[in-house]
Amino acid sequence: MSHSSTLAEAGNNQDGLSGLVKDWSTDKQTYHVPWGKAMMWIFLVSDTFIFSCFLVGYMTVRVSTTDPWPLATEVFALSFFGSDPIPLILIALMTFVLITSSGTMALAVNYGYRRDRKKTVLLMIATAALGATFVGMQAFEWSKLIGYGVRPWSNPWGAPQFGSVFYMVTGFHGLHVSAGVIYLLLVARKVWRGDYEKKGYEIVEITGLYWHFVDLVWVFIFAFFYLL
Amino acid sequence: MAYVPLADQDDAHALHDPQSFVTKYIWSQDHKVIAIQYGGVAIFVGLIALGLSIIMRLQLGFPDTVSFIDPAFYYQAVTMHGMIMVIYLLTALFLGGFGNYLIPLMCGTRDMVFPFLNMLSFWFYLLSVLVLLASFFIPGGPTGAGWTLYAPQSISMGTPGYEGGILFMLISLAIFIVAFTMGGLNYVTTILQARTRGLTLMRLPLSIWGIFTATVLGLFAFPALLVSAIMLGFDLVLGTSFFMPAMMELGEQSSYDGGSPILFQHLFWFFGHPEVYIVALPAFGLVSDVISTHARKNIFGYRMMVWAIIAIGGLSFMVWAHHMYVSGMNPYFGFFFATTTLIIAVPTALKVYNWVLTLWQGNIRLNTPMLFAIGFIFTFVHGGLTGLFLGNVIIDIPLADTYFVVAHFHMVMGVSPVLVLFAALYHWYPKVTGRMFNETLGKVHFWCTFLGTYAIYLPMHYLGFLGMPRRYFEMGSTDFVPASAQALNANITLAAIFVAVAQILFFVNIFWSLRKGDKASGNPWGATTLEWQTPDTPPKHGSWGDELPSVYRWAYDYSVPGHKEDFIPQNEPGEEYEKTHHTSGGHA
Repeated sequence: MSHSSTLAEAGNNQDGLSGLVKDWSTDKQTYHVPWGKAMMWIFLVSDTFIFSCFLVGYMTVRVSTTDPWPLATEVFALSFFGSDPIPLILIALMTFVLITSSGTMALAVNYGYRRDRKKTVLLMIATAALGATFVGMQAFEWSKLIGYGVRPWSNPWGAPQFGSVFYMVTGFHGLHVSAGVIYLLLVARKVWRGDYEKKGYEIVEITGLYWHFVDLVWVFIFAFFYLL
Repeated sequence: MAYVPLADQDDAHALHDPQSFVTKYIWSQDHKVIAIQYGGVAIFVGLIALGLSIIMRLQLGFPDTVSFIDPAFYYQAVTMHGMIMVIYLLTALFLGGFGNYLIPLMCGTRDMVFPFLNMLSFWFYLLSVLVLLASFFIPGGPTGAGWTLYAPQSISMGTPGYEGGILFMLISLAIFIVAFTMGGLNYVTTILQARTRGLTLMRLPLSIWGIFTATVLGLFAFPALLVSAIMLGFDLVLGTSFFMPAMMELGEQSSYDGGSPILFQHLFWFFGHPEVYIVALPAFGLVSDVISTHARKNIFGYRMMVWAIIAIGGLSFMVWAHHMYVSGMNPYFGFFFATTTLIIAVPTALKVYNWVLTLWQGNIRLNTPMLFAIGFIFTFVHGGLTGLFLGNVIIDIPLADTYFVVAHFHMVMGVSPVLVLFAALYHWYPKVTGRMFNETLGKVHFWCTFLGTYAIYLPMHYLGFLGMPRRYFEMGSTDFVPASAQALNANITLAAIFVAVAQILFFVNIFWSLRKGDKASGNPWGATTLEWQTPDTPPKHGSWGDELPSVYRWAYDYSVPGHKEDFIPQNEPGEEYEKTHHTSGGHA
């Protein structure tokens, strides 16, 4: 490898603007990361635009509709064993579950780089299980709302757009979580088989990037749909 | 384990040559084959769209003479012509076709970073095309809502294709976006992360800069189209009211309530305007390389050309509502968007000046690709200038929805990119096929196309000034349009038919030359960029033989004084002329 150093002589440790300039002015590659990771970042930025468009669309229909918007505290309340309805309790639990899954994912990435395959796989399965729990709770919430008579085209409390955007955006996010669960399990299986012993365990981090992104999106959905 | 960049990886076991016919030419993961597949499908649907435009012109030029053109069919032709040309032809051919072919070759890599995803991209694209074409064969036919698919009209009763065509269109668009995303991620990652030794970003040919920036725009703009397609689909299928206000339909109150039609327009144009530059930026890039090569002169102001591409790309996200001056949005928005729109003219004009200054005192070879490239400068300046008119609210309002608009956008993003496509197809034809095309036929094709398009679109400006509205099936008894306008319309139709028929020359040329053309050498134009330096022509799987090329200079060392030839390939070692003799740009 006679050409192994880049033109801009290994400038990866520089901070700030000069580091940025070094990265962008060098040959071979702009970022010192594997392709998969660069690609995942670019995909996530693109996906951000999808969710942003959904949320902007939601805000627009919410202000443009002439009917009153249902009150989140009343719609998303749940009572246990005949108690008074507790507002947003289910959502609080769902959010807790999803944020916890981000923690287990971060641990999985760490153990992946330490090449502790067993712990990595267990933590990834735990992450997937928490994700599946989240989707299950979301299905429960949907069934409650459907029971109340909330439909994509109408609902008992006011603006029909409430049901439309709610099902659409939480559904789209739920699809992302479900895809993430499948993705996690597939990668976990390959980690278990030792497929990455030669290539290294960046793939766990790449999976983690996606998973953290899905969590981050949930924070926005949570704020815009349940708190506002 | 340390991560090793591609250019430093051991080449020996990176290659696996496909053995069977199927893996070589059908389920191929080779970027060159995928590029040809993309190109073939795109040109095929483009021909369908060309045919549809002739149907429109027949009705406009000779009303009620062709019996099978009824209003519904006319609107369907308008819609499908627009959508196919913009998305399924131009976007797919520039990025899927030329992007796929040129990125790995110009970046000196063996293939895209994820060839399997790249293959999937093509097959999803083909699927989207098939879904789109299938809508011609369903009850009610394809949608006739206009290519902008504005709600509420596009999904209301009475619009042709309401029964199912619109749904096919939305599904096809969604599949296309998935296909584009898979391809686009590959293009961006390959350009950023897989360049060869010595190839810095500021040594990339402008083709790559144009394709790269356009792909980034696509990755950020197509999400808006995806979201509007999903929401519109829900309005249609589920009866939600995202875009649908309360309204009367066939004398009855429809079930819709409280939606925002303007929201659809904002979402659509947040995609739609960057889409103009998704088509234009690769054209800018490709034409820069064609002009520089055939003028035997370095591109004037390379750095400024790069920054102009990036500036145009950035600005393109801030101008979308200039398509909506008459939509009833807040007038202050109009002020803002008119300002940003006119600002875009600055980097765009800079590019035009630089093309012209590249030609200035160049050793111009007026062969077919160069003729098309110079023709592009004419049509692009022409369409750009009318854009300055339409960018101003006060001028746009009387001209909105007239043939002036039709003339403007056909000149600037119809004819201009298509001329570049022809320039590029002729320019890279020897590399792709290993054969030379017929110059005479190519030149005749150019003059027919170039003069013919002027015969079509120049009179349309005048019709627009008369106030003739676009998208109308018939003019009816309007007082303000004189009867002579009909004679003009008939002439436009004849010119359109002439141009359409003239394209046969192109197909005769490329298919005839495929077998009978002279054998092309590896670098027939004397070009500097890497794709002309491959050991084989056409390049074999893996492109580079045993070792990846190393790059020692920028892409535009033409006519260097004291050098034995009038070009120095990028992979030739030695002093970098531009960097050492000039601080920026070229010399005059």
